[in-house]
Amino acid sequence: MSITIQPAVRVETKRQPLPPRERLERIFNIDGVDALYGGKPAIKDVTMDVYKNLVTAIIGPSGCGKSTFIRCLNRMNDLIPGFTLTGTIRYHGQDITGNDVDPVAVRRHIGMVFQRPNPFPKSIYDNVAWGLKVLGMKDGLADRVERALTQAALWDEVKDRLKASALSLSGGQQQRLCIARAIAVEPDVVLMDEPASALDPIATAAIEQLMTDLKGEYTFVIVTHNMQQAARVADMTAFFSISRGDEGERYGELVEYDATQKMFTAPSDTRTEDYVTGRFG
Amino acid sequence: MSSAELTPEVARRPLTGRRARLGDLLLQLVAGAAAAAATVLVLLIAWKVVEGARPAIAKFGVHFITRVVWNPVVGREVFGAGSFLFGTAITSLLALALAAPLAIGCALFLTELAPRVLRAPVTSLVETLAAIPSVVIGLWGIYVLGPILQRHVEPALHSTLGFIPLFGPPSSAGPSIFTAIVVLTMMILPIVSSITRELFLGVPRELKEGALALGTTRWEMVRGVVFPYARGGIAAALILGLGRAVGEAIAVTQVIGGGVFIHLSLFSTGDTLASKIASSYQGAATNLEEHSLIYLALILLVFSLLANISAQWIVRRVARRQGVGPNRGGFG
Repeated sequence: MSITIQPAVRVETKRQPLPPRERLERIFNIDGVDALYGGKPAIKDVTMDVYKNLVTAIIGPSGCGKSTFIRCLNRMNDLIPGFTLTGTIRYHGQDITGNDVDPVAVRRHIGMVFQRPNPFPKSIYDNVAWGLKVLGMKDGLADRVERALTQAALWDEVKDRLKASALSLSGGQQQRLCIARAIAVEPDVVLMDEPASALDPIATAAIEQLMTDLKGEYTFVIVTHNMQQAARVADMTAFFSISRGDEGERYGELVEYDATQKMFTAPSDTRTEDYVTGRFG
Repeated sequence: MSSAELTPEVARRPLTGRRARLGDLLLQLVAGAAAAAATVLVLLIAWKVVEGARPAIAKFGVHFITRVVWNPVVGREVFGAGSFLFGTAITSLLALALAAPLAIGCALFLTELAPRVLRAPVTSLVETLAAIPSVVIGLWGIYVLGPILQRHVEPALHSTLGFIPLFGPPSSAGPSIFTAIVVLTMMILPIVSSITRELFLGVPRELKEGALALGTTRWEMVRGVVFPYARGGIAAALILGLGRAVGEAIAVTQVIGGGVFIHLSLFSTGDTLASKIASSYQGAATNLEEHSLIYLALILLVFSLLANISAQWIVRRVARRQGVGPNRGGFG
């Protein structure tokens, strides 16, 4: 039986070409990062830069350390016992990996949206307002809430029932509420860990659209196992893959990182090519 | 492949005709009998208590509940529950007030703050506190706690907060309502804290991460997410603790000192419903006193039932308002 090989994804052609790399502002300089759980490496030697006001996608097969990597960027792995990290992650030039770095301050600038919608068991309004109140952004609270919900393309659907429980919303609405919650506190970067993996296609499209609409204001890093999604929304794409060490241990590593257009049409590495053409993964 | 092979097994066997399976039948019987036995037992106890209290109810009526007197002298017998109700209320409510912040703090420490290596051992130590028989805690209350409170704590409280009537002159001997309160606090602390700990552990990690990802501190996360999520359960845990404090007889009897009067000072002696029943039942002088003691038991029983029902009601109400219960994830 023979398998015909064809590109699994089509990259949108109408997108604007990226300006030359050196003209872009770097928001993260990630250099030689190893992330270990209980001494076992989950990702090894990741080096890449993340550019301001772009959408950067992290793609790769399950278990390649995509989520581990993105959670390094806002110190979310601190919550996991036995987690250690070596290498440096510079955020606007400052290393955020050190023990003396305050993770609370890091997360204040680098927000996150999770795989499963995780609204607080509060009203729709309070889900967005809570972070603002706690962080002392109380001036014009109602306006801020409305703005965030509008940006997250949710306002029209919920404006008449802001006092209703957030858990009464559908999964897609809950996830947009979580995005509203994350952007309400005016972060610099929004990390998205497979934000649409639990959603239907319509909700997924809404979230992709809002990323495109908002990237002028924020920088997005999105983990996705959905190549089409990366092709649709990302300006830059990083492909992670699973490698085997000398003793057979598996770890994730960054194979290739380039403009999305190039990654999906003319990748330099055969592993990337295998993955984006659907031969592997 | 021929088409005969494709005919699945199921097509050749009828799916109709439900058969009674012996195992299912047996399970239904055994489980049903167990459930019925529990219900019948509650009803039997309630009936027996009402029955036993009936002569006292007939003689003293509802007035019994508020009357502050217990006179077993034959011929001049008058009984009332007033002072015991007061003693029960003040000991259990104050014990709860002391235990609640301690228990919640303890649970919070064990789930969110303590270094991981400490969590398991400290948790089992706290749970061990619940395993100490109440009569042992009572003995310790008599020999250790009572004297310490009487010599050091009561004088200190009296001299600094003496203007509040609760903190009157220190007791002359160890036993006092205050000692009973501290003993009860120790007894309800592990129950409330272990239930609360379970509740905190049940807060989905996603919710905590969602809060922390906004750049909030751990305390802000606890206040904004963990407490609201566990609120209904904590209220129910406190009511269960209150029920335990109200019903505790032995340890309280050992340290409270006894007496039929209402003193505002915590450092005087007194009695609770449960301690009065425990200390007087053996030596009841007349049938009427015995019936009156059972009347006390009836009041206690009604209170316990109310506490239990209201605990369930609170849990359900909060669950409805939030759209989640302490044991449900609430995602979808």
